[in-house]
Amino acid sequence: MSSAVVLAAFLLVGILDSLHFRPALAVGTESQMVARLKGGMPAQAWAPEVKSVLDELLERMATRKERTYSAPLATHAFSKETIELPGGGQSREFPRLQFGGAHLADPAEDWSGDILRGLLRGVALALVIWCAFTALLLVAVRPSNTLNIGEFADATWKGSTDIPWRAVLVTLGIVLLVAVPAWHLSANYHVLGTDKVGQDVLYLSLKSIRTALVIGTLTTLIMLPFAVLLGMMAGFFRGWVDDLIQYAYTTLNSIPGVLLIAASVLVLQVQMEARPELFPTAAQRADFRLLFLCLILGVTSWTGLCRLLRGEALKLRELDYVQAARAFGVSNWRIMMRHILPNVMHVILISVVMDFSGLVLAEAVLSYVGVGVDPTMISYGTMINAARLEMGREPMVWWSLASAFGFMLLVVLAANLFSDAVRDAFDPRVSVVPRKTRFALRSQRAGN
Amino acid sequence: MSEVLLSVKNLRAWIDAGAEPLRAVDGIDFDIHRGETFAVVGESGSGKSMTALSILRLLPDAAQIVSGSVMLDGRELMGLPESEMRDVRGKRIAMIFQEPGTSLNPVMTVGAQIREVLARHLRITGAEAVRRVVQLLEGVGLPSPAHRAAEYPFQLSGGMKQRVMIAMALAAEPDLLIADEPTTALDVTIQAQVLDLLRDLQRTRGMAVLLITHDLGIVSGMAHRVAVMYAGRLMEVADRAQFFGAPRHPYSRKLFESLPGAASRGGELAVIPGQVPALTENFTRCRFVDRCDVAIPACREGEPAMTVLAPGHSVRCVRASEPATTYGGAAAHWDAAEFGKEPQPDALLKVSGLKVHFPIRKGLLRRTVGQVKAVDGIALSIPAGRTLALVGESGCGKTTAGKAIIQLIDPTGGRVELDGVALNELRGEALRRSRRDYQIVFQDPYASLNPRMRVGDILAEGQVALSDNRDPAAVMDRSAELLRQVGMGEESLGRYPHEFSGGQRQRIAIARALAVRPKLLVCDEPTSALDVSVQAQILNLLKNLQRELKLSYLFITHNISVVEYIAHEVAVMYLGRIVERGTVAEVLGAPAHPYTRALISSVPRIDAAGGHPVVRLGGELPSSVNPPKGCHFSARCPQVRDDCRSKYPEAVALSETRTVNCWLHGI
Repeated sequence: MSSAVVLAAFLLVGILDSLHFRPALAVGTESQMVARLKGGMPAQAWAPEVKSVLDELLERMATRKERTYSAPLATHAFSKETIELPGGGQSREFPRLQFGGAHLADPAEDWSGDILRGLLRGVALALVIWCAFTALLLVAVRPSNTLNIGEFADATWKGSTDIPWRAVLVTLGIVLLVAVPAWHLSANYHVLGTDKVGQDVLYLSLKSIRTALVIGTLTTLIMLPFAVLLGMMAGFFRGWVDDLIQYAYTTLNSIPGVLLIAASVLVLQVQMEARPELFPTAAQRADFRLLFLCLILGVTSWTGLCRLLRGEALKLRELDYVQAARAFGVSNWRIMMRHILPNVMHVILISVVMDFSGLVLAEAVLSYVGVGVDPTMISYGTMINAARLEMGREPMVWWSLASAFGFMLLVVLAANLFSDAVRDAFDPRVSVVPRKTRFALRSQRAGN
Repeated sequence: MSEVLLSVKNLRAWIDAGAEPLRAVDGIDFDIHRGETFAVVGESGSGKSMTALSILRLLPDAAQIVSGSVMLDGRELMGLPESEMRDVRGKRIAMIFQEPGTSLNPVMTVGAQIREVLARHLRITGAEAVRRVVQLLEGVGLPSPAHRAAEYPFQLSGGMKQRVMIAMALAAEPDLLIADEPTTALDVTIQAQVLDLLRDLQRTRGMAVLLITHDLGIVSGMAHRVAVMYAGRLMEVADRAQFFGAPRHPYSRKLFESLPGAASRGGELAVIPGQVPALTENFTRCRFVDRCDVAIPACREGEPAMTVLAPGHSVRCVRASEPATTYGGAAAHWDAAEFGKEPQPDALLKVSGLKVHFPIRKGLLRRTVGQVKAVDGIALSIPAGRTLALVGESGCGKTTAGKAIIQLIDPTGGRVELDGVALNELRGEALRRSRRDYQIVFQDPYASLNPRMRVGDILAEGQVALSDNRDPAAVMDRSAELLRQVGMGEESLGRYPHEFSGGQRQRIAIARALAVRPKLLVCDEPTSALDVSVQAQILNLLKNLQRELKLSYLFITHNISVVEYIAHEVAVMYLGRIVERGTVAEVLGAPAHPYTRALISSVPRIDAAGGHPVVRLGGELPSSVNPPKGCHFSARCPQVRDDCRSKYPEAVALSETRTVNCWLHGI
């Protein structure tokens, strides 16, 4: 349940980022992907830049660019610069940042106090929001006929409700405690520092979530039908169908994946440059490239799951219940849908999530090589790519890489845990009653 | 009595499972004397294996020994440190397991595995160890032991593996051998070999054996003393003669009554109503009381203590001292008239020359290099409303034959005719529609129901696919009716298979097959995965259904006593061919083929007096890729003659209903 909350937080950010509009017009509700692919006419009346809801919310982060690196929460730049003194001379010092802590008169003295105040205010705000949520939850989801609010609160506190609301609330509290103070501080500081061109790293990280999610989910969606259908068919029908599918995926597997992807992306790039009129905005262009990347990743990555499913189907088709269904003359298609698919669902779920994380990583690798997403697109891959050189600097610029890494880890971990929970929930053999551990036995023994 | 070797007192082993612990072994006491075989009998889940594992302190992580003492030669094992316990295991107490296939390490030669034991416990290594290994393998009757010692487990057959396991267990010359269902995974003829071996070894070495089994026949042939275990407790402990002469606990008696066989043929088998109580309960009454048909109020007033009836015979029952009836030893009496009088109805199913060959392909181009002749020309016929039992050891092709008859496997040749329609010539839609006339019930009720479908959907599947019954409400009604027919409640429709016990699942599987109103039901070992008392329920059910619905059964089994109970006719299969065919009375009463004779005599029988003449078969079932020249059985036949090796014998009719393929009965 906790992982679901974390995942939900990420999804929220991702969706906010996908709600695009042009500032001159009201918010467009359709996701940008769809709208742009339909090839909307460029209307001169609108602002040239497409923004998402997230951009609007984070505008202050996005627009306040420093000149170059600054450490998290810093007030001064990271490297010395030559500054023209008012008196006419020059000196080399760490210049004040344009925005980070700009409101402080004397950064050296006021800095810690101000941060602390900001933090406390953020925490207080987080607690208020959390309490509001809790109250809302208690009122809204309480089983109306059985418990009054007090009893339900009590049950929630003890963790004895059917849905683990306690875990939800605790996770929500933690997420809020991290997010709200960060948000609060971001008004005056760069919470996670800035990168080489002075962009706020927190802003970049949040923007990258959408890229990661889109890559993960879209690619999986493209890959699944191939993998599931072909895998099950190969295992179930055997014979020449099996041979054909096997040859297909062995061939595909033996082509180096990165090479294939690089080639396709480069071809696309050339095509896109030849027809600039198809892509009115840069964001559209970047999104199309992202979509294409998903497509090509999907086409190359279905083989692993397909092979797994073929093996499972081979095993299942010999099982007695499939034989019994055949004895009833149930059609092959129905047998696959009703008997085989539900019984390979756990394999699919697990490998989809593992692929999801793998794909997020693959995107990073590809962007690093330079054939991934559009360079203007913010993604973990481009962030890492930009940050890699700075690891060698002395003193080290660590925050860019660390935040990309941390966010990525959280997304992947939450997705992994969530899929485990989903798998258990869909398995009728595993009861969802919370398992009491050896305590019962111990207390029994003590009693004897 | 000789001295006590192992003494178990008030042993309790509980398994951690949710809120309440599972009291798998709940206070048992017994003694094993030097050189005796002590058998623990009970149905699955009664805690037999847990008892054995507790003695060796080898319980799985979730289980623990809660109390009790195990004394070996006066030495307490429960308090020993783990390092000393390792010396006890293997050296003093050795164990052999049920599944020989998984108890041996597949990547070590069998010789190396035995040498490991020798080095660990007797510090014998080098050439001496190699010599001892050969000696040990010779001792368990493995042919060419020096050669076998260098082989890997996959090169050995199941029976040989179990012999190797026994050799390994005996390597350190233990005082006590724990044999946990040592022959359950083996065929009857191999089982007879292994049991003989165990009996000989025990006699010559004076070793004590704790034999754990569910088969009363094996107990009768092997044990000196018997303990009956039920729901974690011993219900009755007795000498063999006392136990088989007059079992005193109602549960023991029920066990005997529920055994199928020729004697119970006419009537219904006794069943034990209800189910084993949940072991999470802390019993304050007799734990059998809810299923007992002679229960009195006193049974509920606290758990009865062991009552000693005679020296060596004690029973945990409040009515123990009341007089008992006699069981066992009832000889098969064949009422020939039973079969003669009835007019033979026309055959419903006619099979002739049925062949199923699986090609062995090799190489890049997948050329066929040989044929596995799983079924090699069998002929049989089943009249409407009768049962034909197809008997044989595993690997003889009986299941393949069953599947080929209902067209789940494409036959290579031959003709299958049901009600005058040649099934093997049907294709596509016609074949699909014909499937409503024949259905199958599988052996393993755990694998035959899709774990992700509700019972209602499982029962509806066949109806929707095959009959014109597509209206959801009508399908539900029919499904509910089917459940009632097999003795289950309507409320089961919405539940998943894992919520049911093995017996209930098998009922559901039968209901599923009946959903399309078939005329022929192929039952592929429908009871061999079930306990005796549950088996009795299923056999009763099948018999009643046959009477009500005029069903024909093709009953595939290796269990001769089930055949005696349920079948009208029997066909004995060996290596893809039927060697003898006839009515049950003819074939089982006076077997004509040497293989039938050996098969029947290998079945362990309950026999209070003990000892019945047994035709022992040497060797194993030959491969069906390269069957022996001439008569397939010639390699193992005790009565083999020269002409047996030259040509396969033709079928010889011994009577109107009976044929046999054997040169001994040649013209």
